[in-house]
Amino acid sequence: MNVVVLNEVRKGFYLDSVALMRLSREVAGSPGVIEAALMMGTPSNAAIMRNAGLLEEGTAVKGNDLVIAVKAESETAAREALDNAIKSLDKPKSQGEAQSAWRPHSIAAAVKNRPEINLALISVPGEFAAAEARKALNRGLHVLMFSDNVSLEDELSLKQQARAAGLLMMGPDCGTAVIGGAPLAFANKLMRGRIGIVGASGTGTQEVSCLISEAGAGISHAIGVGGRDLKKDIGGITTLMAIDAFDSDPETDHVVLISKPPHPDVAKSVLQRIGKSKKSFTVCFIGASEVELPPNARFSPTLKGAAELALGHQKIGAGFDANAVASRIPRNGRGGIEGLFAGGTLCAEAQVILAAAGRKVASNAAIPGVLKLGVEPNDGRDRLIDLGDDEYTRGRPHPMIDPSVRDEALRAALKNRDLSVVLLDLVLGYGAHADPAEHLTRIVADRGRDAPALIASVVGTEQDPQGRSAQVRKLEQAGILVAPSNAQACELAVAIVQNAGR
Amino acid sequence: MTDQDGPQYQQLLARKVEVVNVGLEGFVKDLRDCGIDVVHVDWKPSAGGDPQMAALLAKLGV
Repeated sequence: MNVVVLNEVRKGFYLDSVALMRLSREVAGSPGVIEAALMMGTPSNAAIMRNAGLLEEGTAVKGNDLVIAVKAESETAAREALDNAIKSLDKPKSQGEAQSAWRPHSIAAAVKNRPEINLALISVPGEFAAAEARKALNRGLHVLMFSDNVSLEDELSLKQQARAAGLLMMGPDCGTAVIGGAPLAFANKLMRGRIGIVGASGTGTQEVSCLISEAGAGISHAIGVGGRDLKKDIGGITTLMAIDAFDSDPETDHVVLISKPPHPDVAKSVLQRIGKSKKSFTVCFIGASEVELPPNARFSPTLKGAAELALGHQKIGAGFDANAVASRIPRNGRGGIEGLFAGGTLCAEAQVILAAAGRKVASNAAIPGVLKLGVEPNDGRDRLIDLGDDEYTRGRPHPMIDPSVRDEALRAALKNRDLSVVLLDLVLGYGAHADPAEHLTRIVADRGRDAPALIASVVGTEQDPQGRSAQVRKLEQAGILVAPSNAQACELAVAIVQNAGR
Repeated sequence: MTDQDGPQYQQLLARKVEVVNVGLEGFVKDLRDCGIDVVHVDWKPSAGGDPQMAALLAKLGV
């Protein structure tokens, strides 16, 4: 086969990653196309395209160039796909897309005209994100930085600058926050209430806030701090400021702190600060053993447990009995469990629950005590994969936006006779895919009768754009078991594989 | 940067959030649907797409 690669470079042309994903998919679906990519020509994207053999010899690109790259079976097929991509790019925007609203070219211009602006939501490519955050802080704005791939040095310096100015620097890699009902980045439509959340974990914050909201209580605000805030290098700068903010917030009675286990020195200073607070706290360090807490705090190693403590010991999904459900499910396969997670913290919580049930577990995002995948042979362990990890998302959107990231691994798992259960998560809300259940049910529709059982949890609320119950119904109609929470999905998985010899 | 009501980050929770969005355009509709005022920046990589130069310019306040 004569493989042909063609490139088109648009100088000074920017499209966001979601728009690029949509166009990439159109081009990749053209007849005769083997592979296609539409990307901004940042150094990291250029490396991805070069490694994939998608850049023609001698093609030079810069970070403000849009690159269309097509690899096809013939020159004609490549040319046709490229021409179609160019036509799509040049298509005039519809009235809705164009939005008559004023669009300044910089943060400075926006703030000059609208001095009421008090927060910048930044989701540009990581290489440029720190620069934009600095511009926002310089103009007295709080920042939520959704972008990842920002250096630890930049994170520290931005957070120090923010603290000195009395501003909140949420992120980098801050997936979610809800401030006064404003959903920032991936966030759910939550009931307003008197429980606050400080989260170093995006999907952890979403799971806890949705479980609380669906249980009939509500959230005052959820402040994201970014996944590295409680590491030694950063020292919990934003976490400590968020606790201060909740301490003086009259709308908040109780605060839930969610993070992977912090560095011991950082944990100490955060717990000391909690001890001085007038409010009560739930501390959820996913997978940590019991920590020494001040009298106004309680501990949970799981997200579900944290939601229950915050709700005053109200049980989540009280009518759900994993053993009773498992007893009705025939066990296919040889007893293995594979988890394919869009939510990194849901993957971590799954590791905690499976390990506590005595399962041997491996993960690409291993928590302490769990084998890191790829380091040594898997040895028949349960595999719990975080599909939001860099290795799956480099150069493409997060699986919460583009659930097809999971397709290949899911198709393979459905045919793997070592597996008895595949664990899945769907994350709903603003910013997420419009109908992840529809996508998932299409992928699993033609699975064999001897395929592993599929168990899902749905992170979301009834008020979310996708509607939680509508998503659950679609999954159940496709024969997928749906648990009230991620933790209970894991308990059901364990119950099914332990039903050996029935 | 503090006033009689405490530092700005403590006031954020008590005040209406108004947002400038830089990056993914989809976030704009979500915020507007929730009644939040938002201005979307028509962003392009600065400094000719050179990340190091863009960082330097931001530090210099350009």
